[in-house]
Amino acid sequence: MVTLNINNKTYNLEVDAATPLLWVLRDVIGLVGTKYGCGVAQCGACVVHLNGEAVRSCVTKVSRAVGQKVITIEGLSEKNDHPLQKAWLELDVPQCGYCQSGQIMSAAVLLRENKNPTDEDIDAAMAGNICRCGTYLRIRKAIHLAADIQQKTKNG
Amino acid sequence: MGKRYFLPKKTLFVIGALLIFLSIVMSGFERKPAFDKGESQRDSVTSVNAFMKVYQVLMSPRCMNCHPSGNVPLQGDDNHLHTMLPQRGKDGKGVYAMKCANCHQPENTPGLHTPPGNPNWHLPPADMKMVFQGKTPHELAKQLVDPKRNGQKNMAKLIEHADDGLVLSGWNPGEGRTLPPMSHDEFKKYWLAWIKNGAYAPAP
Repeated sequence: MVTLNINNKTYNLEVDAATPLLWVLRDVIGLVGTKYGCGVAQCGACVVHLNGEAVRSCVTKVSRAVGQKVITIEGLSEKNDHPLQKAWLELDVPQCGYCQSGQIMSAAVLLRENKNPTDEDIDAAMAGNICRCGTYLRIRKAIHLAADIQQKTKNG
Repeated sequence: MGKRYFLPKKTLFVIGALLIFLSIVMSGFERKPAFDKGESQRDSVTSVNAFMKVYQVLMSPRCMNCHPSGNVPLQGDDNHLHTMLPQRGKDGKGVYAMKCANCHQPENTPGLHTPPGNPNWHLPPADMKMVFQGKTPHELAKQLVDPKRNGQKNMAKLIEHADDGLVLSGWNPGEGRTLPPMSHDEFKKYWLAWIKNGAYAPAP
């Protein structure tokens, strides 16, 4: 039995402690917004927040999350109104969409730590998230827009 | 015929050759030990010979890949830049969504091409890069004993460092990665021999 706090909700689960967190999120709890891409921490599709850090849930054992705070794409905002989600919609960023929840979760850490990132900061932060549709330029533009939205929301 | 006071040519040649040989041998060592442990424990030949073994380990991929000359760690036995180009960051633990521990777990992840793990996975910090890549034996030995460039380590701390958890992880690198060229026990033996005999640097 493991006890997890996911999106501010407590779950008591009968799972092996060595199970990857991604399997628990998708197959046990049913939070399927987080995607399985490569399974070896190479693509970024499975990024969730563990105590605010953008961990790759495919290689993170569920035991590492016990007693910690996990946030998935479903829990990033209460009304899907995180500045990044607003910017993503406004600029119509996704093409196939498979990598996008991982992209947004990684970008959220960037915007928390750097309120006004440069292109260089964005490249450094997002280099581990692969998009096979090649939406990188829209992702970068959307992160800049989200930074503006975040700033205006804070000032407004 | 007057008495000859000159040595035979053959003797002069032998003495000259010996002097040249000795000067070459002696020039191979720094005269000053890095740590003053008293004359009785200084042995520059033993120290330098031990360091050359230590150097083989430090320049192996398992050590050097996290002591790069740039701000991106290295990967593989060919020391290529880490895919995804993760950055060192101020504290050596990465930046933003690209922090080391996001992929590198507290333990090795099973399987080929998966991230090796350690609870303290990181590069040296930005203000103390402790670069191994590209350093000659002389340069690396000098750097390792300089507290301004080795993380403020004195001799005792350097000795302890042989058993540091991250150093030890070089011998537990995860599946598919080559080990350093000797066992950790051997490495530690040479590390201690280098330091305890004066931590001399090989010639430039």
